[in-house]
Amino acid sequence: MLRFLLRRVVLIVPTFIGVTLLSFALIHLVPGDPIEVRFGERGISPDRLALLRHEAGLDRPLWEQFLSYEKQVATGNLGTSSVTRESVWSEFTTLFPATVELSVCAILFAIAVGLPLGVIAAVRRGTAFDYGLMGLSVTGASMPIFWWGLMMILVFSVSLGWTPVSGRISDQFYVEPWSGFLLVDAWFSDDKGAVRSALSHLILPTIVLGTIPLATIARMTRSSMLEVLGEDYIRTARAKGLTGIRVVVVHALRNALIPVVTVIGLQVGTLLGGAILTETIFSWPGIGHWLIESIQRRDYPVLQGGTLLVASLVMLVNLGVDLTYGFLNPRIRR
Amino acid sequence: MSVTQIPAAPAVPMAPMPSAAKLFWRGFAENRGAVVGLAVMVVLVLLAIFADVVAPHSPIEQFREHFLTPPSWQAGGSPAFLLGTDDVGRDILARLIYGARLSLVIGLSVVVLSLGVGTVLGLCAAFAGGTVDIAIMRFMDILLVFPSLLLAIVIVAILGPSLSNAMIAVAVVTLPNYTRLVRASALSELSRDYVTATRSAGAGTLRLMFSTVLPNCTAPLIVQASLGFSSAILDAAALGFLGLGAQPPTPEWGTMLAGALQYYQRAWWVLAFPGISILVTVLAFNLFGDGLRDALDPKLKR
Repeated sequence: MLRFLLRRVVLIVPTFIGVTLLSFALIHLVPGDPIEVRFGERGISPDRLALLRHEAGLDRPLWEQFLSYEKQVATGNLGTSSVTRESVWSEFTTLFPATVELSVCAILFAIAVGLPLGVIAAVRRGTAFDYGLMGLSVTGASMPIFWWGLMMILVFSVSLGWTPVSGRISDQFYVEPWSGFLLVDAWFSDDKGAVRSALSHLILPTIVLGTIPLATIARMTRSSMLEVLGEDYIRTARAKGLTGIRVVVVHALRNALIPVVTVIGLQVGTLLGGAILTETIFSWPGIGHWLIESIQRRDYPVLQGGTLLVASLVMLVNLGVDLTYGFLNPRIRR
Repeated sequence: MSVTQIPAAPAVPMAPMPSAAKLFWRGFAENRGAVVGLAVMVVLVLLAIFADVVAPHSPIEQFREHFLTPPSWQAGGSPAFLLGTDDVGRDILARLIYGARLSLVIGLSVVVLSLGVGTVLGLCAAFAGGTVDIAIMRFMDILLVFPSLLLAIVIVAILGPSLSNAMIAVAVVTLPNYTRLVRASALSELSRDYVTATRSAGAGTLRLMFSTVLPNCTAPLIVQASLGFSSAILDAAALGFLGLGAQPPTPEWGTMLAGALQYYQRAWWVLAFPGISILVTVLAFNLFGDGLRDALDPKLKR
């Protein structure tokens, strides 16, 4: 087990260096000199440009620049935004909880709905319910979520007036930021209205971001359950006279869950990609919204640092899933 | 419980073996969803080819008396504009039909590009092994670490927003799928006897790669390509929606949705129809791809 663990951990080091290489390349490949872009239309004299380029190290050979970039990344310095002049790291940590809050709600929603639906479809294999659910699941997986979100706003916010259109909380509430998770902070502020407002802002984005994971989880649960239900030990359990529900929930689901847990873990990339679209539609102040804004403002340091952070995050979560899987299933520890 | 039943040997019909194509179609047609998907695809292809004939108007002509006209069956609608008009008086149906042409071109170009490059890289990795293999596959791992939409966004940020750059970005993002697939199936073929036989008969590496091994790896590739078509259309539409893909007035479906953002709250039709078009197209390709997989690979069938 220890060897397996070490091997996996060591393997991510070259991947991480590769990721930093790509994010380093980003700054050098975007059109325009970073110093000139900073001064924009005001312009800058050639002498001063050369001086600033020298100070920023842009006149040194590329490999030297890359090494110093690696050193910066290793010490946690991801550069400063060329628009707000704030460090990329501090902007990221301010906005990240909003994305985590939304993503956690979305994946919980997807599990809470997708898992039971998948189990029922497997148990009632071949019925109208099964076919209907599988049809819905492939539709959900094909959904352009940016359109789906706008349709939800049109129906539930504009026509019916049930939920707010955008943002995380209504303006009349102020919640002291403590954890950054608005729902948690509102809960502890004892302001019932704030909790309700935060919840109502969360509903639509949660559904929109959770749609594709929901479809994937339902499908995966169904096929994994079908496989397990065909095993001999299930027949044995039935033969012992156990009730149908007990066999399904206690005996089958437990083993069927292993691949499902992996799929859930691998949804992190999907969630972070989907967050870009969901946050843009609902003006949700998280990192997806932040990254899109950085492109519109040509704030390349933010795009570079943000991309690096998101990729590192996905890498760590994948590693976690890998290790958990190795822990649950000894056969893959090679 | 220990009584084992010996299954009776299945009766072998003495009829002549049906052709491979017939067998394939029998398996495929069993899946009703896949047949529906295929039918929708045929309609889309016909619409795309005959857009000039079928479309009631030009996709960019602006009818100045008809801003935001609702669909013809609604009050205030006009029979000349079946699905209504947008904010500058362009016929939505015409734009959708020309958009179908664009979407199919996007899907096809992206799949051809990433399938082509992915096949070559995957074959190289499988045949060369060693350092080349490690370098190629590590690079693919790195690409896979980025959420696909984010990587596409970064590539477009580098190349500049346009439809062709969006297609390149989506092709790069989907590249690892093909490379991994080709490498894995090529590796499993390489240990077979027929490859050894061809090699000892003096075939060169290129010949081994492309005419001996590759034809035996096509089944999973075809499935991946048809599923790749749908994700290419979806991702390109998302880029268009974010303003990073096709630029207005191109009638690309995602770009049309981006243009609808300012007034969709009072004109539902400018929002609903392009989105439904994307959903139906992507769904058709996904259903078709699932059907292909079941028909080509009975092992996966459930």
